Amino acid sequence: MSAGTSVAPSPLARWVILGVVGLLFAVPIVSMLGFTLRGGADGALTIERWTAILDPENARAYRNLFQGVGNSLLLAVVTVAIVLAVLVPTMLLVAIRYPRLRRVVEFVCIVPITIPAIVLVVGLAPVYSVVTRLAGSSVWTLAFAYGVTVLPYAYRAIQSNLSAVDVVTLSEAARSLGAPWVSVLFRVLLPNLRRGILAAAFITVAVVLGEFTIASLLNRVNLQTALVQVSRSDPYTAVIFSLLALAFAFTLLLVIGRITAARPRRTP
Amino acid sequence: MTATASAAAVHVAGDVGTARSRRRLPAWLGLTPFALYVLLFLAIPTVLAIATGFVDGEGAFTLENLAALGDPVILGTFLDSFWVSAVTAVAGAVLGALVCYALLGLRPDGAVRSVVDSAASVLAQFGGVMLAFAFIATIGLQGVVTVLLADVFGINLFADGVWLYQVPGLLLPYLYFQVPLMVITFMPSLEGLKPQWAEATATLGGNRFVFWTRIAMPILAPSFLGSVLLLFANAFSSYATAAALISQGSQIVPLQIRGALISETVLGRENLAGALALGMVLVMVVLMTAYSLLQSRTERWQR
Amino acid sequence: MTGATVRFSNVVKEYPGGTRGLDGVDLELTGGEFVALLGPSGCGKTTALRSLAGLETVTSGRIMVDGDDVSTVPVNRRDIGMVFQSYSLFPHMTAAENVEFGLRMRRVPATERRERAAASLELVGLAHLGARYAHQLSGGQQQRVALARALVTRPRVLLLDEPLSALDAKVRVALRDEIRALQTELGITTLFVTHDQEEALAVADRVAVMRAGRIEQIGTPEELYGRPASAFVADFVGLSNRLPGVVAGDRVSVLGSELPLLDQAAASGHVEAFVRPEDVVLAADGIPATVVSTSFLGSLRRTVVELESGERMTVQHSVDDRPGAGERVHVRFAGAPVAVAAL
Repeated sequence: MSAGTSVAPSPLARWVILGVVGLLFAVPIVSMLGFTLRGGADGALTIERWTAILDPENARAYRNLFQGVGNSLLLAVVTVAIVLAVLVPTMLLVAIRYPRLRRVVEFVCIVPITIPAIVLVVGLAPVYSVVTRLAGSSVWTLAFAYGVTVLPYAYRAIQSNLSAVDVVTLSEAARSLGAPWVSVLFRVLLPNLRRGILAAAFITVAVVLGEFTIASLLNRVNLQTALVQVSRSDPYTAVIFSLLALAFAFTLLLVIGRITAARPRRTP
Repeated sequence: MTATASAAAVHVAGDVGTARSRRRLPAWLGLTPFALYVLLFLAIPTVLAIATGFVDGEGAFTLENLAALGDPVILGTFLDSFWVSAVTAVAGAVLGALVCYALLGLRPDGAVRSVVDSAASVLAQFGGVMLAFAFIATIGLQGVVTVLLADVFGINLFADGVWLYQVPGLLLPYLYFQVPLMVITFMPSLEGLKPQWAEATATLGGNRFVFWTRIAMPILAPSFLGSVLLLFANAFSSYATAAALISQGSQIVPLQIRGALISETVLGRENLAGALALGMVLVMVVLMTAYSLLQSRTERWQR
Repeated sequence: MTGATVRFSNVVKEYPGGTRGLDGVDLELTGGEFVALLGPSGCGKTTALRSLAGLETVTSGRIMVDGDDVSTVPVNRRDIGMVFQSYSLFPHMTAAENVEFGLRMRRVPATERRERAAASLELVGLAHLGARYAHQLSGGQQQRVALARALVTRPRVLLLDEPLSALDAKVRVALRDEIRALQTELGITTLFVTHDQEEALAVADRVAVMRAGRIEQIGTPEELYGRPASAFVADFVGLSNRLPGVVAGDRVSVLGSELPLLDQAAASGHVEAFVRPEDVVLAADGIPATVVSTSFLGSLRRTVVELESGERMTVQHSVDDRPGAGERVHVRFAGAPVAVAAL
């Protein structure tokens, strides 16, 4: 409509680019699928390897893998709890009482991007020898380290919501109407930050389920380390589980997208 | 636990203003859980990681490990890491920017954008190990594409040796997460191009080509450069994909740290991991500082 | 120098789906004339302006500049200058480089380019800020640079798309007067889009009021204010008391007062009459009323009164009269309704 002045590309250019890149990016995924369907008689495709996963006879062979899945899910839940419990009250307190500390908190939360997990793990090894002495060697303690690695993502998700909501005015309004601070927090502030908190939780789950570096080098079992282990003896199963995990993460992030795409301005 | 503690602190914080004072805890106490957590699991590990580089096998202070950073073998590994990071950063940035351009003009909450955004996030932030498997299944020795090329076209992908499990083999899998990361980081900048700029260009006598070369590209340059740096840092610090693909050896720095940690003695030194970690952190700090400088310029322009 | 003439004839802009942004617009600007397009948001005023700029393609009708049909000429060859609502300065160029850009597109040699850009910046009073970037300028300064940039190429037509709406009230008034003075000096034909009726009346030679893709009325500010052609215009331009009335012959009876009927074409019967606040006065006798509220506006005072029938009306009067809320007063009409609308 606007005659040749818009920034956007022509539909032809758009779909050529998206088509070619999309096709290139589909090759590995399709190959994974093809790889797992391979091995029928005379080169025919078969779904045997997929059905074998559910076969109770193989349960023992996959025990490690299922334990990895279980551990990763547990870690995801504990990490979400830790991150939200530490981050949300801090960010609210800073927004309301210490606006000058915002830059500091932001800096601290972004730092983990600069410290690669492989570097962090060098220093985490001695820290975890202490943690193990205090809290035992159960896998959930890893969540403390994971919380740090997801800090940048969680911070950004919550902050983008926070900067769209004037928490100072909201809390002043609620206080002036006679609400005690507990009500301000649970009835006014948190409902307005629901979107950011949910997005932070989801991105945390995705990152934790994909984490390999720290678990591997601290010798814990999670989904990713189990996958690597299985792949040594049974690459097909490893690929099947990878596909499932990718599909799961994709769905999860699609849901985040829908949550954050709904315009926050229109919320009642 | 921590949540209720800080909630209570927030609660008390508010009452400071009112005349009645009950249990008056200072409001800053609400910040302690965060501070403590970050101290224990971010600050201390980082300091420890770097500090171990200055300690020898007996726990005494030494600069020996640091000197190892000048060793030709280690320097070679750093160079290989730089090389992989640079190639995938530049290629990933160009391809990713092209995808961003193609996405311009589509509704941000439309179906195409939703799918692309989610797929990009999965590949950029979640992939790791699974991307390695994807490429083993595609162009590994028994990979679908390898077999297809051999059977149908008679092309042997690995005529010159099995490069997938070597440094060059990292390029394709790394691109597989670099391009999506570019899409995520560069899209906001591209969307920040104001339609008024294109319209002003047109009313002043410039065509589309003039707009892109004289207006859009100069405006986007700092942000593009920043994204290249971010991609470089991302590849440089990436471990999982390489570890899953290359099970032994020290082809790039993160793998060398693995070697040092699981006490394959590298160059016959202990605590080399710390020195390597220091080297990595130095590189990352330089990259991220430059990135944030470029980023602040972009923000100033796009307000 | 005399400016170019502009003519819209029966211009229609239809969007996919059939809604019409412009529904048969006819408009003529004589050389050097300053015309304001006024209307509520979504009335099509910006679409009309953008069609003249070439930023929108029209579905049918013709747009002529100096007698040439420009409907198919691309934007970058239409030789128009345009100032946008905001943020249109190129952020990576200084103010001077922004102003030079149009000359660069016309391949003007470097020295001449610099001289003309400097002269143009001086015209808008910013000669000293040529080296600044947009983010180092205030909103008002940015719009001045945008104006200099639009004028430097000596375009045939100047288009202003709500250039003042993002500015503070004080700056807005100052800049609008400056724009008008500059336009008169340069004699450039100008089309100015605004939703602010006060702004339109203050600067334009003629004002075109738009509604739903059509021009409802076009005329001088005085005509528009004194003789609005429809209830919509009467309501949109200036303040009005909307009172029930009865038209009979050449008179209209409002609240028991017989007033002259300006619009002789109005049909007899019950109407809504639009009476300006300055056409009502506080008087010793007349219609009894009670003061509801009163507000001081500097040089005058407006008082809202409630009649015994429950009607409320606004009276404009001297600041020396200071009626208090609840006070009993009398009002009477001192002028005719500017418009009547059949009920």
